Amino acid sequence: MNAVANYNFAYLDEQTKRMIRRAILKAVAIPGYQVPFSSREMPMPYGWGTGGVQVTASIMGPDDVLKVIDQGADDTTNAVSIRAFFAKVAEVKTTTHTAEATIIQTRHRIPERKLEAGQILVYQVPIPEPLRFLEPRETETRKMHALEEYGLMHVKLYEDIARHGRIATTYAYPVKVEGRYVMDPSPTPKFDNPKMHRSEALQLFGAGREHRIYAVPPHTDVVSLDFEDHPFEIQQFEKPCALCGAEGVYLDEVILDDRGGHMHVCSDTDHCEERREAGLMGVMGTKEAAE
Amino acid sequence: MLSHDFGAGFTEPVRDAQSCFRAVLDALAHPGKAQKLLASGQRLEPLQAQLASIMLTLSDHDTPIWLSPALLEGDVSGFVGFHTGAPIVGDPARANFAFVALGDPWPKLAECNLGTDEYPDRSTTIVAEVPALTGGPKMMLAGPGIAGTQEFTPAGLPEDFSLQWSENRALFPRGVDLLLIADDQVIGLPRSSRIVEG
Repeated sequence: MNAVANYNFAYLDEQTKRMIRRAILKAVAIPGYQVPFSSREMPMPYGWGTGGVQVTASIMGPDDVLKVIDQGADDTTNAVSIRAFFAKVAEVKTTTHTAEATIIQTRHRIPERKLEAGQILVYQVPIPEPLRFLEPRETETRKMHALEEYGLMHVKLYEDIARHGRIATTYAYPVKVEGRYVMDPSPTPKFDNPKMHRSEALQLFGAGREHRIYAVPPHTDVVSLDFEDHPFEIQQFEKPCALCGAEGVYLDEVILDDRGGHMHVCSDTDHCEERREAGLMGVMGTKEAAE
Repeated sequence: MLSHDFGAGFTEPVRDAQSCFRAVLDALAHPGKAQKLLASGQRLEPLQAQLASIMLTLSDHDTPIWLSPALLEGDVSGFVGFHTGAPIVGDPARANFAFVALGDPWPKLAECNLGTDEYPDRSTTIVAEVPALTGGPKMMLAGPGIAGTQEFTPAGLPEDFSLQWSENRALFPRGVDLLLIADDQVIGLPRSSRIVEG
């Protein structure tokens, strides 16, 4: 503790932690309901994950092991700086390995490896209200949630079908939690929606700018909205990961040159690295890349 | 002459509050499963260490609290005022937390703050000591946080608990949440849990 004696453990003061902890407990008791909380200024701008950071800071203890991912990657700016932040203000152990982490803070992906009981996944959420783009007034959306009035969301999905012949929503795809609240899973690709359903891990969502916290407890039904004749489907990829050869994972496109050359690689960098370390290789993978 | 011996708070306020919070979080995320609850610091009767831990972890000047008769008579108010600053209220419908000492009568669940349809989070959480977390009448729980069903057999619940709880569950998303304490363990019963048997 001596090196950072100027900070309270995990940066936030105890009064703020208590307030956020109370909000988290209500969120767990009412799965999918957005609990208002008094979001604090953090030493990073809104939009950089302040909601997730405040949730993580409030639950974290000295024995926790933290992993932070940004679009699946452990080595991008947002992930590196948040990991460094907690290493400094809480002196916790950090990791890039999903299996080793007790708390995983994420921006817009769920790790490919199945999460286990005891792990907590903390989402950074930009806009927590799934109805916001359909109804801008908070007073109205709150009433709609209270009355379980979600017809508008189905109209939106139907208009997708009328216009594009299919549901064209590919990320932040709305889900219904435990048959009651319609919830925004944060801008994760819809590919990740099935992983939320009856997950063994506790899932907490923090929206700093919008002052909302919500949660999905373990073993909770999370069902993507759809129609009988247009069932929910996840993205399919034609080729496996070019580096590790993984199939059935979410891939990012990487541009290689200015002549149209490109490759598709795992968005989950840890998953990809572990596979390559185990000797698995894709068409463009090299031995050096794995080391 | 005023007494100024209120009893001590946490030995390590930051770490102890975090540890206690995680136990309560795990308890509400896994309804019916007992979680180990840390207690630290010296307490004066009738305030028990585990009940006080949850009080110190969650309540402050923003959270009016209701105290059961033994706690009120036992002058726990000095402890509450000194360590938490929480206002003590006589009506459970105005309280964020209702603390019930071992053997004391509970407030009726329906008389607590049940929240509103638009803000169901503005409800009371009851924190109650019971003689034991097992060995009582057998109930089976289902709902979020539970894979299949979960056995729930605490002793010392109000006689009509099962009925009161089903009425509470019917109000979902409104309703109260419950934390039961015995020895050094806590069990959570969020409003989302259903008693499917017993």
